[in-house]
Amino acid sequence: MSSDAATAAGSGEDERGDGARDDRGDAAIDVRALHKSFGTNHVLRGIDFSVARGEVVCVIGPSGSGKSTLLRCINLLEEPQSGKVYVGGVEITDPDVDIDAVRRRIGMVFQSFNLFPHLTVLENLTIAQRRVLRRSKSEAEQLARANLAKVGLSEKAAAYPAQLSGGQQQRAAIARSLSMGPDVMLFDEPTSALDPELVGDVLAVMRDLAADGMTMMVVTHEMSFAREVANRVVFMDGGVVVEEGTPEQVIAAPRQERTRSFLARVLDPAAAPGPIEH
Amino acid sequence: MATNTTSTPGSSTGVPRSRLTRRQRRRLSLGVQYAAFVAVLVLLALLADWQTLRTNFARGEIAREMFPDVLTIALRNTAIYTLSGFAAGLVLGVLLALMRLSSVPPYRWLATAYVEIFRGLPALLIFIFVGVGVPLAFPGTTIPGGTVGKVALALALVSAAYMAETVRAGIQAVPRGQREAARSLGMSSSRAMVSIVIPQAFRIIVPPLTNELVLLFKDSSLVLFLGVQLEDRELTKFGRDLASTKANITPILVAGLCYLVITVPLSYLARRLETRNARASA
Repeated sequence: MSSDAATAAGSGEDERGDGARDDRGDAAIDVRALHKSFGTNHVLRGIDFSVARGEVVCVIGPSGSGKSTLLRCINLLEEPQSGKVYVGGVEITDPDVDIDAVRRRIGMVFQSFNLFPHLTVLENLTIAQRRVLRRSKSEAEQLARANLAKVGLSEKAAAYPAQLSGGQQQRAAIARSLSMGPDVMLFDEPTSALDPELVGDVLAVMRDLAADGMTMMVVTHEMSFAREVANRVVFMDGGVVVEEGTPEQVIAAPRQERTRSFLARVLDPAAAPGPIEH
Repeated sequence: MATNTTSTPGSSTGVPRSRLTRRQRRRLSLGVQYAAFVAVLVLLALLADWQTLRTNFARGEIAREMFPDVLTIALRNTAIYTLSGFAAGLVLGVLLALMRLSSVPPYRWLATAYVEIFRGLPALLIFIFVGVGVPLAFPGTTIPGGTVGKVALALALVSAAYMAETVRAGIQAVPRGQREAARSLGMSSSRAMVSIVIPQAFRIIVPPLTNELVLLFKDSSLVLFLGVQLEDRELTKFGRDLASTKANITPILVAGLCYLVITVPLSYLARRLETRNARASA
């Protein structure tokens, strides 16, 4: 089953050409033969995956397909059992690598925001700059305010996270990651915990980021965002990459049956044939 | 028993019991409980020898004689002993909690052994160990800080075991995503602990720590067994000494009231903080 899937995944690879895969220096993220299990649950079953500099890649798939686990392996919040992960040409799965230094270059946005509730929004944005990057208070605050302006939260600098709406919290969390000056941003279902009317503001911030040329890997259920912003869409199911390609290819004209049935359920939930989860 | 008496036609109200509404039955049950409570109070008041009680426990002139020393020396010393013991205990408690959560097995074993041993021993035994055992074990050394140092050490040894468990629970109550967010910003494990996890843990554990402080206030009375100078006496020792010179219990009563002046507001504060935390997390 997984060998079929690997062949099917070829459609996306062909497009970029085989050279791109071997040129590690050019890829912002390069994942090879990645396996990850939680106990007896084999979540990732040999993932080969890459994101080029400046590329926006959306990862879609049913829950339990391993897409969030893949994302979390890329900054080693989960440790894979085997396989290699390169970020910016550095092999982060090498036991000798300084993982804290690598993570400074990778921004991470969580589904549940994870702002620090005991700090103000401004302090949320400055604490890692000051404690990790050893920036001065004024330098850190200047950068933090610039990033808050970018996400439209200038007036919330002195507020505590609990005083913000979910959408505002998520935008503050994006600004917090940006304040570290990352080369790559990872988004783990950034709008899944939000009320529907707050999703738009967060997606708008992400769209701006993409337009600025940020390298982004986004695990999402927002098909319209994927269609509009992604350079490439990756469909995962059962711990393997089933299909990848441009949004037009994967979302509008999926080749694989599994992709088609997933998209049918997501795009028109009311007409869903059979159970939603499997 | 009384409730299962069903229709008794000749009952005073003329209404069978079973016809009582739920609310009426509840009122009746409450009324019975209040009546019993008042009856016990009246009985105790009648049986007590008020004359003897007054001369033994509430002699105004003896109580007046205790001031201001009971406040300026005794209460002050109690506060100093308790707070220094609490501070030292908290430091040791945090250390033990971090050891229990460590990925290094010997740290975990050591901390677990400490907690199990010191939680299982009476505080009095620990005071005796500190007062007698330490000078014997390390001849020629004295615990720095004199009496305050000794009491602080003993109280710290006792309270650290309890506080370690409290702090550990607080650290574990901080959501995992907080640590993940800190780590993904490039913070080291210890930096994330110090800057992100521990400050949040402390908000969670302020109420139980306040309760621990109340317990320590009372345990500070065990300084009695260390043999202290006159100027080092705290409330219990002060009250007991005076009670034996005057052959009257009044000083004990006054000392007791002094404890309550501190512990009751503290307990109240702990409850307030607890409800505030419960509201904040809801």
